[in-house]
Amino acid sequence: MTSAKIPWKMESQRSSFAKALIELGEKNPNVVVVGADTTESIKTLEFGKKFPDRLFNVGISEQNMISIAAGLAAAGKIAFASTYAVFGVAHTYNVIRQNVAYTKLPVKLFCSHAGITVGQDGATHQLNEDIALMRGVPNMTVLVPADAPQTAKCTHAAVDWPGPVYCRFSRTNFPTVTSVEDPFAIGPSYVMRDGSDVTLAACGIMVSRCLEAAATLEADGISARVINVATVKPLDSATLAKAARETGAIVAAEEHTVVHGLGGAIASAVAQAHPVPMEFVGVQDVFGESGDAFELMEKYGLTASKVVEGARRAMKRRGR
Amino acid sequence: MVDVSDAKIRELEDRARLLRRHILKMTHQVQSGHPGGSMSACDIVTALYFNVLRVDPENPTWPDRDRFVLSKGHACPVLYAALAERGFFPVRELMTFRRVNSRLQGHPEYGTTPGVENAAGAEGQGLSFGVGLGLAARLDRKAWRVYCLLGDGEQDVGQTWEAALAGGKYHLDNLTAFIDRNGIQQEGRTEEIMPLEPLGDKWKAFGWNVLTINGHDMRQILDAIDEAHAHKGQPSVIIAKTTKGKGVSFMENVVRYHGAATSDEELKRALAELGEVIP
Repeated sequence: MTSAKIPWKMESQRSSFAKALIELGEKNPNVVVVGADTTESIKTLEFGKKFPDRLFNVGISEQNMISIAAGLAAAGKIAFASTYAVFGVAHTYNVIRQNVAYTKLPVKLFCSHAGITVGQDGATHQLNEDIALMRGVPNMTVLVPADAPQTAKCTHAAVDWPGPVYCRFSRTNFPTVTSVEDPFAIGPSYVMRDGSDVTLAACGIMVSRCLEAAATLEADGISARVINVATVKPLDSATLAKAARETGAIVAAEEHTVVHGLGGAIASAVAQAHPVPMEFVGVQDVFGESGDAFELMEKYGLTASKVVEGARRAMKRRGR
Repeated sequence: MVDVSDAKIRELEDRARLLRRHILKMTHQVQSGHPGGSMSACDIVTALYFNVLRVDPENPTWPDRDRFVLSKGHACPVLYAALAERGFFPVRELMTFRRVNSRLQGHPEYGTTPGVENAAGAEGQGLSFGVGLGLAARLDRKAWRVYCLLGDGEQDVGQTWEAALAGGKYHLDNLTAFIDRNGIQQEGRTEEIMPLEPLGDKWKAFGWNVLTINGHDMRQILDAIDEAHAHKGQPSVIIAKTTKGKGVSFMENVVRYHGAATSDEELKRALAELGEVIP
């Protein structure tokens, strides 16, 4: 995979999701969407304008949204359930667990406003635990697209993927680091940049921060491999184990708590295959606060320089 | 009024007694499960599976079948008994209930047990699932109907009322809900733990066609289902006044039998009351 060149364009994952949904709606009459009073914001309303009988806005009743989507799926529909992550995932965990994951029904839970980049709305709205929650429940597939083009690809891929899918993306425009021509499938991780001294493995917006970090490290003569782990579950353990063997140190980076997220997933895979020193860049088990999304990323340590520091520490522990 | 012969009513009543015997044996053999709320719902489930639902045991996933959603998942013994007697799986399999490697889980699992239409156990999710099914049937312009059985304890759950709002909003007249109004939940009387009355007025206010019946009177059950079918523009809810543990004198209206199986001696007495012929 080639990364688009810096300066990256900043693009909306929500718009990309909405456009993909309409394409899917045109192709497949069984694609339906259930929303919960955020349809304008998350842009599923655009699908509803095109297919008025296939968007169900059930108001501020997210548990209802999930179960209704499951009922639709049980009758042959491919049901997207979409709202903000904090409402769609945190408020509804047991409903997802019983009605979606346990049943293996094709409910596609696509949530925007994940992570700290929600910004000004503050900690009540910044869900930094969704990857942890969704990767812990059996039968769930967890996608974290790096940018807008990858969000569209996740949307398309989710429809062809049997069973439940959780996909999280952001309210904030993300740097576009992939191109529309890049391949994408659920499952594989993609090496964005090859390297031999250290691996920077990330999802979401932190893929861009790792690419920046790799450029900084390169200036110091350190060759960093950057891996875009868009599918957090099932994890592409082979690609990560290979990176562990070949580079000997890993930094995991995510716009999410360091507890039970991407870093945890990679650590358990690598610990079994080829243990190497690891560092974890992410929200350090704290709640966020109100503020500009990118200022918050600085304050909570979601930066390229934190990735660089992590890489140096991991390499030092490795001892070469 | 439904045109059902007295002989047919008697046959359904006999069938309900048979299902009650299964419920007692299933819970007794494993000394766990929820007999009380299975027995209160037994006449409704019997009426549905043996006179109303268009289902095909040979083809459990037939797309045009009616759907029965058991929201009060702990009452699955009555559902399993009905499915077995209807031919979805062998009756002898009932005695594997709640045991390792069984298809008959302690609370219903979707996709494993032939004829089971939803997963339930955590209360209050089934009616929303039923709304989703009803919306799908309408979208596809299909005639199949959705029936959902709720417990009265589930009226405590917020999501039940989220589903009630949605059923009203979408005027889902292909959806019929039953409330097994036995008045008892796990820890005691519903009116002491969380008062529900006037329950019918609440559902009416949420946009539902409300029918109230004796949930152990087979003819009233069938008539109410017929009335619900005929009612257009609103979903219907049938509040079925029932007795927990119905059919066995010493179990009726006793809180303990919500989640307790009978002893060997109690089982013998109970089966005798339910007309078991000892060979």
